[in-house]
Amino acid sequence: MLIKVNNLEKQFSNGEVVTKVLHGVSFNIEKGEFVSIMGPSGSGKSTLMHILGFLDKLSSGEYLFEGEDVSKLTPDELAEKRGKKVGFIFQSFNLLSTLTVLENVTLPLIYSNVKEKDREKIGKDLLERVGLSHRLDYNPNKLSGGEKQRVAIARALVNNPEVIFADEPTGNLDSKSGFQVMKILQDLNEKGNTIILVTHERITAEYAKRIINIKDGLIISDEKVVNRQIAKDNNELLK
Amino acid sequence: MSIFESIKISIQMLLKNKMQSFLTMLGIIIGVMAVVIVMSVGASSQEFILNEVKTIGTDLIGVLPGNSKGAPSSAMGIVNTSLKYEDGEKILNQNNSNIDTLAMYVQGNTKIIAGENDLNISFSGSTENYMIIQKVEIAEGRFYTKEEEKNYSRVVVLGSKVAKDLFGDQSPIGEKVKIKDLSFKVIGVFKEKGSSLTQDQDNSIVVPIKTAQKLLLGIDYINLMRIKVVDESLIDETKEDIRSVLRESHNIDNEDEEDFTINATATALESIEAITNAMTLFLVAVSAISLIVGGFGIMNIMLATVEERISEIGLRKALGAKESQIISQFLIETIVITFLSGLIGIILGIFVSFIIYEVIILLGTNWFFIIPFWSVIFAAFVSIGIGLIFGIAPARKASKLDPIEALRYE
Repeated sequence: MLIKVNNLEKQFSNGEVVTKVLHGVSFNIEKGEFVSIMGPSGSGKSTLMHILGFLDKLSSGEYLFEGEDVSKLTPDELAEKRGKKVGFIFQSFNLLSTLTVLENVTLPLIYSNVKEKDREKIGKDLLERVGLSHRLDYNPNKLSGGEKQRVAIARALVNNPEVIFADEPTGNLDSKSGFQVMKILQDLNEKGNTIILVTHERITAEYAKRIINIKDGLIISDEKVVNRQIAKDNNELLK
Repeated sequence: MSIFESIKISIQMLLKNKMQSFLTMLGIIIGVMAVVIVMSVGASSQEFILNEVKTIGTDLIGVLPGNSKGAPSSAMGIVNTSLKYEDGEKILNQNNSNIDTLAMYVQGNTKIIAGENDLNISFSGSTENYMIIQKVEIAEGRFYTKEEEKNYSRVVVLGSKVAKDLFGDQSPIGEKVKIKDLSFKVIGVFKEKGSSLTQDQDNSIVVPIKTAQKLLLGIDYINLMRIKVVDESLIDETKEDIRSVLRESHNIDNEDEEDFTINATATALESIEAITNAMTLFLVAVSAISLIVGGFGIMNIMLATVEERISEIGLRKALGAKESQIISQFLIETIVITFLSGLIGIILGIFVSFIIYEVIILLGTNWFFIIPFWSVIFAAFVSIGIGLIFGIAPARKASKLDPIEALRYE
């Protein structure tokens, strides 16, 4: 079992006002799964992803990652998990404009103490896999949205993580770039990567194999996708 | 993450925003520059003053009339007449093997006339050993003898400038000059010596001491006695010998009644060194204040930088950066900024000190160009230290940022 969540709750307190975002959710995710966490904005899906990705702490309940109780980890251990166990793909790409494309991809390796020579090799290989080996020394600002997101995917993969979290990865992209990104994610899943996709659109969610539907901080359904979207079959890509 | 990695990142940040970086660094640059200049000029002027004192000689003992305790008598308009020609004779008659030679002095100002020309100058009346003590040499003619000194001879030795002003290119030897309506014979001219802090040898004249006492000043006391010892190490011992001779001569039993003062240039040298050191320290402290002000400027800018880079910090944390790694990144950035500023400040400081040196030399003073090595080390360490101290608050602020909050911040 990769991820085991038991009656997880999360509340934010802003002075005297306490806002409850997650009202006790429970589910398991196995290695190799492709799961969408779907829900309207304000449903708590992003907060859930942050907790699963070690970016935020739960208020009560239980979260086991590879059988380890995450709430017992120190800040440094959490940082290490963020660096090595998970990879993030954000809606707004979050690339650093002070660094080149290659440096952006290899940035997580700096924090896990990989030598500069090895970093370069890993980064170049990954950029080739996402079809950007001709953009190594570019400034990220000069890339198109689709290219930026592919750089972010390469960065997410750089530490060979257990889970890839994609938070609305197609939200800022045109539809063709969106299909390209979804195709890469589906390819990665074919090769055995665990992927957790956060989205508010059912059509995007259906690229996954399983959808956890959240509303007002509660799971309202958790089911297999019947008519799965397959990105590589999409006509837009062939154009 | 290695230190080089952090230094690389910080230099990238600096280059990205050149104008802001420069303005940030300006405070430290100016502060370090001021410290280096002050230390350089301090060391140079100390060297200058010590050098001046050393030209008088560090193997000399001076004896002045009056007690050094309490206010100097001359300051109150009282002329001290307690030191006599005979006192010097008595010291010499001891045949003290420590004493090389001794000269006595009286001093005054007068008008000197030669034909059409006249000058207002200072004159010394002194004994035959004047030249040894004063380290002067004769360019032309001779100095007066012991006989001439004792016989109230009206002979005079001229400073090189006096000779030139009165006689032009002509030789003055054997010529007559008038001093206080008395006729004197010029018997010698001193070699040019150049002016120093204490006296202008070239612009003065020397006559036998008894002649000066009786004919020019009308006094029976002397103003000063200088004794040259065989070796500098004998100064303290010899001072005591002189003291006992003078006490006996003046019938004095205890220190409070002493009517003379004995001092040595060697000890004067030490106190001058102490005074100039204190002065330099004071000036360094004053200029160091600007370094502290510069430090607060850097802290302010770094705090603003943290604010500007919230999303970057959040991203770095999301990608696995530990708090300690964020702290070291920001701390190293601040240190790189302050160290570079320090480096520029040191270079500018040395440059300005050199210009000061050139200007003073141009104005005709024997100045020195000294950059104390430790002032450079001090300035470099202080600038790194400022980076450390004033970098902590911004670095801690950055490291404590919540990664999600930071990521959301756009």
